[in-house]
Amino acid sequence: MSFWNKALTIAWKDVISEMRTREIIISVLVFAILVIVIFNFAFGETREMLTAVAPGILWVTFAFSGVLSLNRAFVGEKEDGCLEGLMACPIGREVIYVGKLLGSLLFMLAVEAIALPVFALLFNLPVLSPELITITVLATIGFAALGTLFSALATNTRAREMVLPILFLPLVVPVIIAAVKATGLALAGQSWAAMSTWLYMITAFDIVFLVVSYLTFPFVIEE
Amino acid sequence: MNVRNILLGCAVALMAASLYLVFLYVPTEATMGVVQRIFYFHVPLAWVAFLAFFIVFAFSIIYLWKRAEKWDVIASASAEVGTVFTTLFLATGSIWARPVWGVWWTWDPRLTSALILWIIYIAYHLVRTHADGGSRGPRFAAVVGIVGFIDVPIVALAITLWRTQHPGPAIFQGGLAPSMMLTLMVCLVAFTVLYALFMLLRIAMKNDEREIRRLKLTRS
Amino acid sequence: MDKPARDIPELAIQVRGLTKSFGDCPALRGIDLNVRRGESVAVFGPNGAGKTTLIKILAAIMNPSSGEVLIDGLSIKDTTYEVQRRIGIVSHQTFLYANLTAYENLKFYGRMYDVPGTDERIREVAEMVGMTSRLNDKVGTFSRGMQQRLSIARSLLHKPSIMLLDEPETGLDQRAISLLWKVIRPDGGERRTTVFSTHSLERGRELADRFIILNKGRAVFEDTKHRLDLDGLREAYQRTTGASV
Repeated sequence: MSFWNKALTIAWKDVISEMRTREIIISVLVFAILVIVIFNFAFGETREMLTAVAPGILWVTFAFSGVLSLNRAFVGEKEDGCLEGLMACPIGREVIYVGKLLGSLLFMLAVEAIALPVFALLFNLPVLSPELITITVLATIGFAALGTLFSALATNTRAREMVLPILFLPLVVPVIIAAVKATGLALAGQSWAAMSTWLYMITAFDIVFLVVSYLTFPFVIEE
Repeated sequence: MNVRNILLGCAVALMAASLYLVFLYVPTEATMGVVQRIFYFHVPLAWVAFLAFFIVFAFSIIYLWKRAEKWDVIASASAEVGTVFTTLFLATGSIWARPVWGVWWTWDPRLTSALILWIIYIAYHLVRTHADGGSRGPRFAAVVGIVGFIDVPIVALAITLWRTQHPGPAIFQGGLAPSMMLTLMVCLVAFTVLYALFMLLRIAMKNDEREIRRLKLTRS
Repeated sequence: MDKPARDIPELAIQVRGLTKSFGDCPALRGIDLNVRRGESVAVFGPNGAGKTTLIKILAAIMNPSSGEVLIDGLSIKDTTYEVQRRIGIVSHQTFLYANLTAYENLKFYGRMYDVPGTDERIREVAEMVGMTSRLNDKVGTFSRGMQQRLSIARSLLHKPSIMLLDEPETGLDQRAISLLWKVIRPDGGERRTTVFSTHSLERGRELADRFIILNKGRAVFEDTKHRLDLDGLREAYQRTTGASV
């Protein structure tokens, strides 16, 4: 079986495992919706204010709920030594990285797919445009790429819930900035050309950190 | 005459020269007044902070490749000195901003990027101390050092693009007068020598600590 | 085609000058070991002696700090996948996913090890360990003994020629332990090369051809079943590790 088949097998295993209990996806979803609602109370004085801060609210929500789901990405592997079981398989550390990355990516996209319509509903904004979906998918890829690396790192750290936000969020600042800016333009109905700078930035980040994470992941999970 | 004493002598001499140049020699800048003199400390501090971060990056890679602890000692020492210099850079930037722009903080691209850099440095140290097990700390720190260094230019770029929509006050109209250039250069060299001195001292200290740990282990 | 074995092919496992340090802390301080094909070696030692570290390195889960390991003459560093295909590992941790069924767990590992005809092979190993009726139950509902049995089934999926066991009987009752050993070392048929660590000197001596005692990262004692009886073994253990059994 090829590299991709094995990576997809790992990702699929994660999806099935999560679907059985649904504990992470429900808590992350509830969290996301709560954040949106709370921010609405904090900033929703006038309609103009709301429209202005909407992109920021959306991406803060995605960033925090992304961190929440990444926190759990490797916990399942730590139990019963499953990660070591995987490392004993003739598959290589990189396959594990890509597999976990795909699993986390699918998970985050699923949460976003549900949160976005809720957002559209609560904010009365045209959220289901191809531009916004592209921005969301691209940004989530970068998030998941670097996040998987740091999730593995955090699993082997004391105070792991604290480590991921402190360590990881500053590093994804470019993605968040670019996503917020591009989302603002998309919601205002601007063209692809207008948001091209930001899309390039997100794509560049994605590529750079897919490569860097892929290369450094083996060093994080070995003993 | 060992290296440490030579460096110490040079550092003292250069810092003295810098102080003279900054406070006595260079003329007061027209627009901003006396407070502008912070610039001659602020810029070299930034330069050294970035140099320190680059050293962390380079030796993190070498450590992951060669696995000898001595490389990690260098990376670790550089991160410590770098954190101090970044803190000073942020502080001097803030002190400078207050009289000139009227605020303690501004989301100026340089300051904001430096803030992120500072947070990444802190994360580097945190990961080292919080990692489970003795060998993981240096390894995790090395990964953070590598990822962080690659990330900071991207962060700076993103923040700069973001801020060009709301331009902040420009630092300098026109170029630097020769006397200012001289002062700046001397300060740059002085702070770099200071960095080297601190590195030497810190690395020696860390190696001594390692030696003590090793002696303790073999006795048990 | 297999890569040609560089060294004597009848040695299934060759370890030379193996060291492993975790930062400043040395776990293995130079281990040399040769295991012949079909031979069974028991590794004894107090906690922290390095037994688990040794087995993890043999399974290529961990990299050594220095030294060489050859499995069937193949370097573990250069031909890692080839080596891992020949090794089955059972630990006191089960390597099983609690939310998945037994069948799904086996299917997963079957895929990871490129096992041909997975479904059939799954039924085979399940029958071997007596799990056929519970294949579609979630592993989280199993008792510890059953989980360990499934873990053994998992380790046998790819028909390894070498078995590594790291204190596999931890938390098992007598019946489960007997079954464990019956499956790993069938009385008839081909004997797999086995290296296992255990706290029980009695069982170790019963099941092994040779024993090694590790203490503080070094091999401090080695002997064979024929030359040493149980009392002799106990005495040697006491003497070399200063610990009572």
